[in-house]
Amino acid sequence: MFDNLTAKFSSAFSSLRAKGRLKSGDIDEIANEIKAALIESDVALDVAEQFTARITERSLEKLEELNRGTNPSQAIFAIVNEELTAILGGNSRRIQMAKKPPTVIMLTGLQGAGKTSLAGKLALHLKKEGNTPLLIASDLQRPNAVTQLQTVGESIKVPVFAPEPGNGVGDPVAVAKAGVKFAEDNYHNIVIVDTAGRLGVDQELMREAIRIRDAVSPDEIFFVVDAMVGQDAVRTAQAFQEGVGFDGVVLTKLDGDARGGAALSILAKTGKPILFASTGEKVEDFDIFYPDRMASRILGMGDIQTLAEQAKRAMDGETTSRLEEKFAKGEDFTLTDFLAQLQAMKNMGSMTKMLAMLPGAGAIKKQIENFDENELVRTQAIVESMTPLERNDPKVLNGSRRARIAKGSGRQVSEVNNLVDRFSAAQKMMKQMRSGKGMPGMPGMSGMTGMPSMAGAGLPAPSHSKVAPKKKSKSGNPAKRAAEEA
Amino acid sequence: MALFSKLLNKFRSGSLTSADWEEFESNLIEADLGGKLTQEIITVAKSAKPDDIESELLGALATKLSSANRALAIHPDRTTTILVVGVNGTGKTTSVAKMMKYFKDQRLAVVVAAADTFRAAAIDQIQTWGERIGVPVVVGKSEGDPASVAFDGIKRAMQERADIFIVDTAGRLHTKSGLMDELAKIRRVIEKASPIDEVLLVVDATTGQNGIAQAQLFTESVQVTGLILTKMDGSAKGGIALAIEAQTGIPVKFIGLGESADDLQLFEADSYLRGLLS
Repeated sequence: MFDNLTAKFSSAFSSLRAKGRLKSGDIDEIANEIKAALIESDVALDVAEQFTARITERSLEKLEELNRGTNPSQAIFAIVNEELTAILGGNSRRIQMAKKPPTVIMLTGLQGAGKTSLAGKLALHLKKEGNTPLLIASDLQRPNAVTQLQTVGESIKVPVFAPEPGNGVGDPVAVAKAGVKFAEDNYHNIVIVDTAGRLGVDQELMREAIRIRDAVSPDEIFFVVDAMVGQDAVRTAQAFQEGVGFDGVVLTKLDGDARGGAALSILAKTGKPILFASTGEKVEDFDIFYPDRMASRILGMGDIQTLAEQAKRAMDGETTSRLEEKFAKGEDFTLTDFLAQLQAMKNMGSMTKMLAMLPGAGAIKKQIENFDENELVRTQAIVESMTPLERNDPKVLNGSRRARIAKGSGRQVSEVNNLVDRFSAAQKMMKQMRSGKGMPGMPGMSGMTGMPSMAGAGLPAPSHSKVAPKKKSKSGNPAKRAAEEA
Repeated sequence: MALFSKLLNKFRSGSLTSADWEEFESNLIEADLGGKLTQEIITVAKSAKPDDIESELLGALATKLSSANRALAIHPDRTTTILVVGVNGTGKTTSVAKMMKYFKDQRLAVVVAAADTFRAAAIDQIQTWGERIGVPVVVGKSEGDPASVAFDGIKRAMQERADIFIVDTAGRLHTKSGLMDELAKIRRVIEKASPIDEVLLVVDATTGQNGIAQAQLFTESVQVTGLILTKMDGSAKGGIALAIEAQTGIPVKFIGLGESADDLQLFEADSYLRGLLS
């Protein structure tokens, strides 16, 4: 996500770093590079110009001070980060809940922005937070939009109010109104109204959206926008703002390589915050939008916070505490534990997506893209083909046992050997770590060897905070911990 | 051509200011031409003679167009197969429906395969269109193997001696290599039965510079032969298509202009380029 922007920022900054002492010409140079990078990322020309003007102004103001510091380019980087966070919306905000339920959320946007998929994702997100959402099928225009919403609703077990078949039949205003009434009667505390996609220039459909709005008086109107959209986004957003109006933006398809620059322009021009981002095809691929985290991502600083939260969500408490206990007692980490971890990693979702959140992920982009998600599945198959005895004491694995495991998992004996070898190595390192010598490597991840931060992120299990309580260490990153201990 | 004629008039009277140039630049960028193409066009404009500026600008834009053949590769003696691909939400299914109508109006026999087995209710959507237009749609199971649906489709099309066989595929982001491999497999499986004549990438006119990456990566996996530029009825000028043509040489073949089955036109370079300058 925002990959290209990230790549351009980092090349601009590395040339700056090489300079040491900065002159005002250097600032202009980097400002120009940033501006060009923003334009290639679909940021509107005037927004890019304002942004770079602010960077230049602030940097020049502080130039003396910057050059007295040890790392002037780092200081400019910090300015860019601050400004980027500011333009991305300062602080994120949550959904405004109605004083008297149901809270009504209306989704609008262009065709193909991903409103219907998003309606499902938002409903699931709200449901997980303990709400009782209802989806209302007011897109009666697109062929089978209603069926699509019903299918999505079924898969996440959220009821869908769909009295009309759609495909051009039925009155979306009446459906929306009846849906809100239905929610009141059936104690749904939130309704999400899915409306037909429309062009900003289509007056008739814009009036229809206004009629839906006036019929249900939404607490939140979200403008749903595709991260891949170009310069027209600003015009469209303004047309929607002047037409039906909106309170917040939801970004979809952020899992591609879209630079998402148009989102910056929309924020700058409409002043509305981005509340959520949708990051994949699955209905769980949805997250609250954090401007500061996104700024870090754009600048290639990674998104450790999101990663940590996902890890926490994926590991159930029981597994974690069992592992911690084991660890504290000095028992060996076994393949059974490893299997539990693999399972947890799968729960966290796509490995490539998680890896992309690591600091410096831009530099290993190719490796991340080539990471074979099936590697986890294959590793799991091998471990699952072992008996409990073998899992708990890999030393018993002789030739014939290994041959049996290979056969059982449909892999080669060499792969079994490889896994066992790497596991033993990891076990050894685990012991060392207990004595405070470093983090273990990651067995079963042959594609990713040589990734420095892998270990800390990939093995969420023995929660860092409790791993070595005597050492008062909080960090799983050996370098960081060394710094903490120093 | 409001902007352009304003520029022309000022240009002829010699009263062009730097602010006008900036506005011109801003307009080209707003059309999604991208920074590089915009600078090239500005350079041409700045060195043009006042009397020739209009033709020089259109000429400069035209040199960026692909030189590849824009005519659809319709095979006279066997079923012509068209594979339709693209990222999510660009209008693939609607474009397939429009093509059904387009070919049916030419009295050609059409068969469609609904190989989008992923998106909820996508199969229903294309079936509804098939019924409306009167074109048989071969479907498989939801979440089934799209390649097998495509294979059943080509079998049926060949059996019925259909003129045109169109495959609608699930939208996928070009960066998801697993999904791109699935697309390549669909292509291979169809080719076991009959050659593929056109692979059309559906690109939405509102798409930004990411469109170039889309064209490149889809070409890597399924050798795209042409573009369908959709949603040209909105405020977006679709300049990304020119950027894609300039970068990859893949020509636009169709333009989508609305939601009804008739809203499909063959690409016309002149009106498209004039649209960019409007």
